[in-house]
Amino acid sequence: MKVDWPRNDYSRVPFHLHHDPEVFELEMERIFRGPTWNYLCLEAEIPKPHDFRTTWVGDTPVIVSRDKQGAVHAFVNRCSHRGAMIVRELAGNAERLVCLYHRWCYSNSGELTGLPFRQGLRGEGGMPKDFDMKAVSPQRLKVETMNGVVFGTFSEHTEPLDKYLGEFGTGMVKRFFHKPVKVLGYSRQRIRGNWKLYAENLRDTYHASLLHEFFVTYGVDRATQKGGVKMDGRHRHNMNHAYAASDSQEEAKKAYADTAARLDRMRLRDTKLLQFKNEYPDGMNLAAPTFFPNALLIQINNSIGTRQIRPKSVDEHEVFQTLFCYEDDDEEMMRHRLLSANLVGPAGFVSMEDGEAIEVVQKATRSGQNTHAVVEMGGRGAVKDETHRVTESPIRGFWSYWAELMGVEAPNGIR
Amino acid sequence: MNHWYSLMAEYGMALDEDRLEDWVELFAEQCDYRVVTRENVEQGLPNVLMWCDNKNMLRDRVESYREVNEYNLHYDRHVIGPLRMLGEASFEASYSLFQTDLEGNSRLFSVGRYRVEALLDDGRPRIKTMLVVADTGTVPSLLATPI
Repeated sequence: MKVDWPRNDYSRVPFHLHHDPEVFELEMERIFRGPTWNYLCLEAEIPKPHDFRTTWVGDTPVIVSRDKQGAVHAFVNRCSHRGAMIVRELAGNAERLVCLYHRWCYSNSGELTGLPFRQGLRGEGGMPKDFDMKAVSPQRLKVETMNGVVFGTFSEHTEPLDKYLGEFGTGMVKRFFHKPVKVLGYSRQRIRGNWKLYAENLRDTYHASLLHEFFVTYGVDRATQKGGVKMDGRHRHNMNHAYAASDSQEEAKKAYADTAARLDRMRLRDTKLLQFKNEYPDGMNLAAPTFFPNALLIQINNSIGTRQIRPKSVDEHEVFQTLFCYEDDDEEMMRHRLLSANLVGPAGFVSMEDGEAIEVVQKATRSGQNTHAVVEMGGRGAVKDETHRVTESPIRGFWSYWAELMGVEAPNGIR
Repeated sequence: MNHWYSLMAEYGMALDEDRLEDWVELFAEQCDYRVVTRENVEQGLPNVLMWCDNKNMLRDRVESYREVNEYNLHYDRHVIGPLRMLGEASFEASYSLFQTDLEGNSRLFSVGRYRVEALLDDGRPRIKTMLVVADTGTVPSLLATPI
């Protein structure tokens, strides 16, 4: 594979990268099964010994399970025998995981522990005497958890999780998960677009207050608020963030005068969706740390959750969202968080537009594969943190790391 | 019982004809409209895709669709099955919701069931609570116009 980058700072991104099936296959191998930490699930979802959940790393089905001693394991959800999915349920509790096809048996740590008719019947048939169950066990992922968030990697060469996430990444995991959480539930959204369009979207703070007009109209978030973008040293992870009530109505009105936003005209009849009960020392009402390649932690006011990107094919991906609350939330707070779910997710007032924006990009770029996206908002050249949000430089950071892992960096490409 | 049939017929038609404001008026002033997925229900989890716990929240949603939000340009088509009465004024019914884009391509958008508590307000049938349990837990593209 070769990529012809017009510029070494990734301010031009070839559209064919969202359409080429060969690129997709290589991404699964070099990125998702490569030296990256992938979000798997939360420990709160598998609290007891023998609990398990199924998830995806790229397009690879994965089982996350807890053994008798309480240790968390992850391995490929594919029977060593003839390749059937071992676990078909979304979640459960079982001492042994049994493939339905020929009843091959696996332990909670993913080892093949038994198979029917291994010795044959009446001295006939069966597996060869030297058949080594251990040698054919499903591929295991290395697992690390941080404050109850479970990450996995397929590669031996991945740096330790805290190094990978960097100072700001670990700081954000510890912020969101500073005390025990309880899962409120899931939502799924199938977007007919390449997964990288979603990854770009999460690093694009420029679009937030323009596409998601709800933000601006009702004053949840405006680019005039104090905020910015933060990245790790390698610019692969990013966080868009903003501080509540840190701008004035006049300032905002002036800034959005040229857009369709209606700052004055509209009022919600029921404003409880806009209520923000500050619960973090940093005072942010909007925080969206994104971890390469598949994870996002998302706080919009008091709605908190994780999102996982599950690529399905070159032109489709699922966004899997897990909404949670804190274990010590009282009933009122839990209700507030659930009502705040109206803001996020597939039907969210400030998120529904992303699905549409991505799909119309995918549609229109199919025929423009020799052309490029223009990514210059916030400047060209080196990628760096900003204390404003009129920028899309984290998108260039994403592509530079993507290119490194894929082995297709631009000559003298920035990092 | 005919009340409830005509209520649900108007419910589907109001949405399909993009009369969202009329759809809101089918709800009582004290009402609750909630869209959840079967995946969450089966696991005993309370998460919602959409939740309006009074009529003003329904009005806000519709106004936001009209004035603020951007979503996929489409037509809706509800096919609502027969009502199974659970009580005097409570019933459930299956639904299929198809979406058609502006070029006329249709797809199944959602299947599931409604569970409704209704009432008569001055002789007019109105919805007190509606719980939509979508089997289609994976929302295709996005969910804007109500189910």
